[in-house]
Amino acid sequence: MSETKMLITPPSPRKRAAGGQATGAGTPQRKIGRALLYVLLIAAAAALLLPFFWMVMSSLKDANSVFSVPIHWIPEIFVWDNYVEIWQKSDILVWIRNTVVVSVGVTFLQVTTGSFAAYGFSRIRFRGRDALFLLYVATIAVPWQSYMIPQFIMLSNAGLANTLWSILLLQAFGAFGVFLMKQYYETIPEELSEAARLDGLSEYGIWARIMVPLSIPAIASLALLTFVNTWNDFLGPLIYLRDPSLWTMQLGLNNFVSSLYNVDYGVLFAGLVISVVPIAIIFLLGQRYFVEGIATSGMKG
Amino acid sequence: MSITAEQTTDAKAKVPKRHVSRLRLRYTLIGWSFILPNFVGFVLLTLIPVVTVFYMSLTNWNIFGSSQFIGLDNFVRLAGDSSFHSAFGNTLYFAVLHIPLTIAVSLGLALLLNSKLRGVAFFRTAAFFPYITSIVAIALVWNLLLSPQYGPVNQVLGFLGLQNPPGWLTSSDWAMPAVVVVETWRRMGYYMVLFLAGLQTVPRELHEAARTDGANALQRFRHVTLPALRPTMFFVTVMLTIESLKILDLIIVLTDGGPGQATTVIAQFIWTKGFEENQFGYSSAASVVLFLLCLIVTIIQFLWNKRKAV
Repeated sequence: MSETKMLITPPSPRKRAAGGQATGAGTPQRKIGRALLYVLLIAAAAALLLPFFWMVMSSLKDANSVFSVPIHWIPEIFVWDNYVEIWQKSDILVWIRNTVVVSVGVTFLQVTTGSFAAYGFSRIRFRGRDALFLLYVATIAVPWQSYMIPQFIMLSNAGLANTLWSILLLQAFGAFGVFLMKQYYETIPEELSEAARLDGLSEYGIWARIMVPLSIPAIASLALLTFVNTWNDFLGPLIYLRDPSLWTMQLGLNNFVSSLYNVDYGVLFAGLVISVVPIAIIFLLGQRYFVEGIATSGMKG
Repeated sequence: MSITAEQTTDAKAKVPKRHVSRLRLRYTLIGWSFILPNFVGFVLLTLIPVVTVFYMSLTNWNIFGSSQFIGLDNFVRLAGDSSFHSAFGNTLYFAVLHIPLTIAVSLGLALLLNSKLRGVAFFRTAAFFPYITSIVAIALVWNLLLSPQYGPVNQVLGFLGLQNPPGWLTSSDWAMPAVVVVETWRRMGYYMVLFLAGLQTVPRELHEAARTDGANALQRFRHVTLPALRPTMFFVTVMLTIESLKILDLIIVLTDGGPGQATTVIAQFIWTKGFEENQFGYSSAASVVLFLLCLIVTIIQFLWNKRKAV
């Protein structure tokens, strides 16, 4: 548990002072090693970011020069019009609205029900609790692909296929959220809730007034991960949402590609950039929580 | 550490027995009330479908809703279905390429980023970008990057003097390796973070001690870092294995199983039989195979890990 805590509490100011700096930092051998590290890192970063660079640059090219031979990495003429045309030629506004509705809804449900259940699992002892939690954790390893068919039949029979509700329900009750929150709750000292209990606070009060405020970092992690996953989900919408007025960003853009005989790739790339930018901004703002959430998922309880 | 009925009674030794059971009931009710909102969704959307898929696999359930119990017929049919064989083989092929490649690349990146260099934060962000990008954007960009004639990748290869570069996603030999590369590129940031977290648990003193004993970087990696990383390595391998066996979304957007059946995997077989051909019973049988495959491989990994830990 201590590992989890260490990761999620704010990182101590860079541990630069702690380590090997002292051992011969100035020797030529070490300098070469350091330079080599940088070369490797820059090569890796280039490989990672080049597709993005190409995507952004292509969104500013006219249709014909996206595939010019030899390639022009930077457009010769910047076609800002692509960003105007995507709004006119597609229903991107509808897709954005649907995506936002679903992502916000799923995130809200996942965080509330997940942290609520985590309190039950970590703070209240009752018969069968641990077996139940084991069941939750075990299903994290069960591939969704193996039960997507019965799930679809059930939701269709309930009349929920082809509604945004289906996507909301599909994503909102993941076991992962419960697991992540429980991991964090176990790091909060029991004495705090004990004291509140003596002061006459009910269990629900302890959850709302003590646990939730103390677990803001974990909530941020869970919210970010859930939001990004829902925003980017492709298979769920592909199965459930037939009606174009219900399409999410991913589905809309995917159909935009196949619906036109002569795709203007410049315009299409503009749409792709628009779909990536909000997530990129959210990620950059909350990177710390994002990374800690993932690191925590690696720590077994 | 949680409070229990027993603890409370220990404290106030002389509470009547009736009281104990009432307290216990009370905590059971409170506990369940916390879990219930999530649990209802969990049961309806995960647990019941998982159980149902086993039942469905034993029926000839189809779009008309007729469902007769036909025993193991679906599984017999799977055993003789050559397209299922190739899907099964392709899944294993994908896993065998993807797992070691992703471990190597993400561990390598984590080791680089664990060194105290300036600008590490920037590189970590860069490594994460593919992970947060939508799969549709990834598929389109890579499809065009890897396009045989006009794609930048082959243009660069041609520039480097390579005659007849591979057709990548259009070639039945190269499509799967290309899919593996894209999936590795997409996921390495995630696993890198797990490895970075693991690397922080490696005791610094051990490294220093090994260095004083004259161990070089490679020896330190093999005898200090790797053993300390074992729990992380185990977790990453388990996650990567399940992820490889169930791969679907990237394949659908990138190759749709083609060319021919070169990249059709088990999950896509389930998808096609279920959602496109409405053979729900038959596709459920394939689902059960996928489920059992994941389960068995995970159990083997757990046993292996236990044996090595002793």
